[in-house]
Amino acid sequence: MTLQLSVRHRFPGFTLDVDVTTPPGVTVLFGPSGSGKTTLINAVAGLLRPDHGRIAADDFMLLDTGAQRFLPPHRRRIGYVFQEGRLFPHLTVRQNLLYGRWFAPRDAQPENLDRVVDMLGIAPLLSRRPGALSGGEKQRVAIGRALLSAPRMILADEPLAALDEARKAEILPYFERLRDEVSIPILYVSHSSAEVARLATTVIALREGRVAAMGPPEQVLSDVAAVGAREVASVLRARVVAHHADGLSELTTAAGPLHLPRVSAAPGTVIRVQIMASEVILAREAPIGLSALNILRGTIVEIQPGKGPAARVVLACGEERLAARVTQRAVAALGLKPGQTCHAIVKSVAVAPEAVGHGQRHQASE
Amino acid sequence: MWSDWANWLGPAEWQAVRLSIRVSFWATLASLPLGIFVAYVLARWEFPGKQVLNGIVHLPLILPPVVTGYLLLIVLGRRGYVGQFLDQWFGIVFSFRWTGAAVAAAVMAFPLMVRAIRLAIEAVDPKLEAAASTLGASRMWVFLTITLPLILPGIIAGAILAFAKAIGEFGATITFVSNIPGQTQIIPSAIYAFLQVPGGQEAASRLVIIAIVIAMAALLLSEFVARRVARLVAGS
Repeated sequence: MTLQLSVRHRFPGFTLDVDVTTPPGVTVLFGPSGSGKTTLINAVAGLLRPDHGRIAADDFMLLDTGAQRFLPPHRRRIGYVFQEGRLFPHLTVRQNLLYGRWFAPRDAQPENLDRVVDMLGIAPLLSRRPGALSGGEKQRVAIGRALLSAPRMILADEPLAALDEARKAEILPYFERLRDEVSIPILYVSHSSAEVARLATTVIALREGRVAAMGPPEQVLSDVAAVGAREVASVLRARVVAHHADGLSELTTAAGPLHLPRVSAAPGTVIRVQIMASEVILAREAPIGLSALNILRGTIVEIQPGKGPAARVVLACGEERLAARVTQRAVAALGLKPGQTCHAIVKSVAVAPEAVGHGQRHQASE
Repeated sequence: MWSDWANWLGPAEWQAVRLSIRVSFWATLASLPLGIFVAYVLARWEFPGKQVLNGIVHLPLILPPVVTGYLLLIVLGRRGYVGQFLDQWFGIVFSFRWTGAAVAAAVMAFPLMVRAIRLAIEAVDPKLEAAASTLGASRMWVFLTITLPLILPGIIAGAILAFAKAIGEFGATITFVSNIPGQTQIIPSAIYAFLQVPGGQEAASRLVIIAIVIAMAALLLSEFVARRVARLVAGS
């Protein structure tokens, strides 16, 4: 399913102006707070009526201000996972989960309750009320509730933002399973590049109400204009080879082998690894006597000086692209130029565990 | 035991007590749907003239009850602006009937009922209602399955408050439907009538005790039920 998103809406002091068509899979609306992400997703849900716009999921028209068409939210069949869960306090978890099914059309084929409950691990909670659940449990129930309403697509507005790191690590895999197992289109709002790296098929980077960049995550996340110089990152696809006794996991990538702090995926699985450009050190010669475990060899393809003292250097390592953020003084001192061979040094512990996720990203678009 | 109680009150007093309860019960029940609707409108809708509606709803609280009763007489009396048509077309007459007493009680109790329910509606997070609409519930279903259960404690509190207020209603009732024993003589007007005749104090004080007991019981019941329902609704 493709989503045509053309929205123009004026707030005092802020204008949202977006016109994109998203391919199937998980589309992440990515940007700092105030960039218009939630406004856009609410326009898709019908909770906000934009001044001008046309929103269509394939041929199904949700909004067309030109033709005076506004489909009310309850007829859009969209499963919305909110930041704060928004479970109904007077209903049990089971009743919350089944709420949407009541209103789903007869011919819709909703997900099987047992399957969803199983996938989200919420079977022990079914008879409880939301008031007694932890933040992570609430969010899992909210995902299940959205999924069971037989939606055309899932919207998620920073569903992890209200959770601590441990709970985030608990919930993220469920979204990966939605992407890989349920293969329902997902529009996901986030300001975390780690979430983008793990989940996105397509990233739409929003800046002050406009689309700064759009494309696959490895492209957008390494784009200074899209994410800001400090947040530039590379996303590598990696296969887990083995877990070693000293707590490290060995992975292979097209750029070379990586050793990372223990990842949760089993050997053989393909995951995504996000490496922040600011965590990468460059060396002209293959370094010796260095504590860093990961040394990837590549060819410089681009050197882009920033506004400040830093520069972004992009290496081609095999088929992958790896960005490094170094000072312009270092670029000059090392005499770095495109076409040169260079070594990128990545400290194992610099890769945060939440930046490592299951990576069947391309499956949904196939 | 019960017959002792029954004999404690004279037949005229019993009549007034029974009528009071009947009038207040129907006044509360019949005005509840409108009360919920008006409370919802005042809590959730924005429209020009909202303050005017708010003022009209609260007017009976501030106006002298006699004025309210007089207005009811002009509008709903047998020759009133609306009353004459009700009589001609539907054969509905309020004046000097117990139904008229119920109308007067309902109008007087309405502000209290609306206030309690409005507060409850304002406490419901509109985000929950938005969530329900994304799950496919139309406005009506959102109201019935989300808003209504969540405001139930407020509705019960409002209804019981209105009932207690209706039991105590005097000025508007006596002005609109007079003070006819067995027809429109409720507890307060019966007390008033007993006090007008020599030796009526004793009957009057018995009714006073009844009035206090009913009012107290209503308040306690309202607290109790509202708390039970609130716990059920909050569900922790």
